[in-house]
Amino acid sequence: MTPKKSVSRRDILKIGAAGPLLAAPGLLLSQPAPIKIGLVHPVSGGLAYSGGQGRLGCQLAIDEVNAAGGIKSMGGARLQAVLGDSQSRPEVGVSEVERMQQEGVSAYVGCFSSAIALPATQAAAKYNTPFLIDVGASDAIVNRGLKNVFRFKPGFGKCADDAVIALGEINKAAGGIAKTAVLVHEESEFGTGTANLMESKLPSIGVQAVEKIKHANPTRDFNNVVLRIKSLKPDLVIMSNYQNEYVLLARTMYQQRVDVAAFFSVLGGGFNYRLVKEQPQVAEHMMDFNHWFSPTNQRAQAMKKRVESTGNLFTFEVYCGYNATMLYVDALERAKTAAKEQVIAALESSTWSNHFMPYGPTRFINGQNQGGSGALLQATASDIEVVWPGRFASKKAVFPKPKIG
Amino acid sequence: MDSTILISAALNGLLVGGIYTLVASGLTLIYGVLHIINFAHGSLLMMGMFGVYYLLIKLRLDPYISMLIMVPAMYAIGYVLYKGLIGRFSSGKDENILLITLGLSIVLENLALMFFKGDTRTITVGYSDTMVELGPLLFSLPKVISFFIAMLLCALLGLYIKKSNTGKAIRAVAKERMGARLVGIDVDRIFAISYGIGVATLGAAACLLMPIFYVSPYTGHVFVLVAFTVVVLGGMGSFLGAVVGGLIVGLTESFGGLFLGESLGQIGISLIFILILLFRPQGLFGARG
Repeated sequence: MTPKKSVSRRDILKIGAAGPLLAAPGLLLSQPAPIKIGLVHPVSGGLAYSGGQGRLGCQLAIDEVNAAGGIKSMGGARLQAVLGDSQSRPEVGVSEVERMQQEGVSAYVGCFSSAIALPATQAAAKYNTPFLIDVGASDAIVNRGLKNVFRFKPGFGKCADDAVIALGEINKAAGGIAKTAVLVHEESEFGTGTANLMESKLPSIGVQAVEKIKHANPTRDFNNVVLRIKSLKPDLVIMSNYQNEYVLLARTMYQQRVDVAAFFSVLGGGFNYRLVKEQPQVAEHMMDFNHWFSPTNQRAQAMKKRVESTGNLFTFEVYCGYNATMLYVDALERAKTAAKEQVIAALESSTWSNHFMPYGPTRFINGQNQGGSGALLQATASDIEVVWPGRFASKKAVFPKPKIG
Repeated sequence: MDSTILISAALNGLLVGGIYTLVASGLTLIYGVLHIINFAHGSLLMMGMFGVYYLLIKLRLDPYISMLIMVPAMYAIGYVLYKGLIGRFSSGKDENILLITLGLSIVLENLALMFFKGDTRTITVGYSDTMVELGPLLFSLPKVISFFIAMLLCALLGLYIKKSNTGKAIRAVAKERMGARLVGIDVDRIFAISYGIGVATLGAAACLLMPIFYVSPYTGHVFVLVAFTVVVLGGMGSFLGAVVGGLIVGLTESFGGLFLGESLGQIGISLIFILILLFRPQGLFGARG
């Protein structure tokens, strides 16, 4: 006689609990493999803040795509961020690219700094892995014939061109009062390259660069630089520096009562909402030609609110990172695969327009988006306003700025 | 070159040198007693600067008033760090202390990065942009105040080390550890006190620096190499050396920047470092080992 075994309530619960687990392999098989994106940013070291902001922008894009159901043309494949820290050092950026390649990334987004982007993109080129530059000003990043590198935002060549046009227009409107300029720049590729470009282009608007002053990173005191500027009596001071030195230089010029028509920076590292908040007197009337979102775009405004509600600033690194990642997402949707060759082909033929930068549809030549353009910004005592181009300016430029004291 | 610029560069170099002096005095005290280079010096300075920043932002406490809180607080942190971490885990070996302070600096920097993020922060107080006018020259009032307070604190610290019983015990331990132990001095406690005082000077330096500088998790790096140079120049463990060394380094940096440009000018500090090591390794006021 076989013993009769009754099925208890507990047994039924156990089977119930095991059910989903038994079904899981089937579910996993039907789920497409995630697409790994390597985020190569300097989240430690001297550039940590900017790197962290860039990473934040990329992650916002990844979260948004995943929340909306992943890459639709690939059966809802999810995006997965593989995080890297270049530690603000080019050689570490390269080793992060190599590590992420081992982890099977399908593309990279980064690097904030030109000095890191130059070798990092080269390392990725060995594997023909698409590399989307979110921030990195040097034009050498895209001018070396690397087929895998794409930059959505403009480089320093285009920024310098547009900055000179913008400066020329506001100077002309003020009666051409500015005729001389002193250029102050940090010593690496970004600052030196930008200053050289500005020096060569300024004569086209009737402004002569009377001196170029280079400084180290870090510089602890700018008094000598500012005394030199005062002795040259220029009409403009044009700066290209990273955040720390920008802040220190701006404060020293204010304290030493440097009276010029404008403090004008190109891709000024420290020109942001924090400077306006913490040093409103110093920041007021300072001008910066930089990347800026389309102020009338509702998505941009919603994202700005979302970022600020988390205690972060909506800086250019955030929306450049977001849009660079979204550009890759658009290429994935059209290529219907993460295979590198097809994605690169999709990026080359990209006409993506669902972004919130004032660029129009994308069109890449040698990896550089042709429609990209920056905006001329000016700080008020409590905010940052767009003063050029006129089609989306929120305020008229104050030029020349009022005399100090 | 315009003589006004030369005079301004000289005075400005001295003012900046005053701050270097204060940062270096803690480093030289710790070296003099414990015979180790405190690799966490820069990170502790950075933590102090964040402390001053938040005392102003959250409690509206003026940076100079903050000194009344920051100096004892940093002393307590230094004392506890030595008693609970450095002294406990070093087993009395100098190389262990080096590694522990190095590890501590990495931990502090990354904690700062986690909690404060990599952003550059500055403070603005009523007198931030007030300038002292000296003929055609302008000097930032906070920088002038910082210089005089730094010099005063260095003098007070020197007097304390020279005259007080604890100071005498510190000097005894610095000179002859075993002898000090034999006459009944609690050497381990003196180590902790010395480390505490060294860190307390950073609390004062943080209060003097915040009105004129910025803070980020890596601000310590900006000052730590200069502080090492000052200590080597003045002589390891010498207070007078730290004062003279700080002022010389401030002047060198200022004139280097003026004549060679701000990029190349900083070579002057490295040059001093190398020349001192080559020709007077004990420093200007250090005793020959």
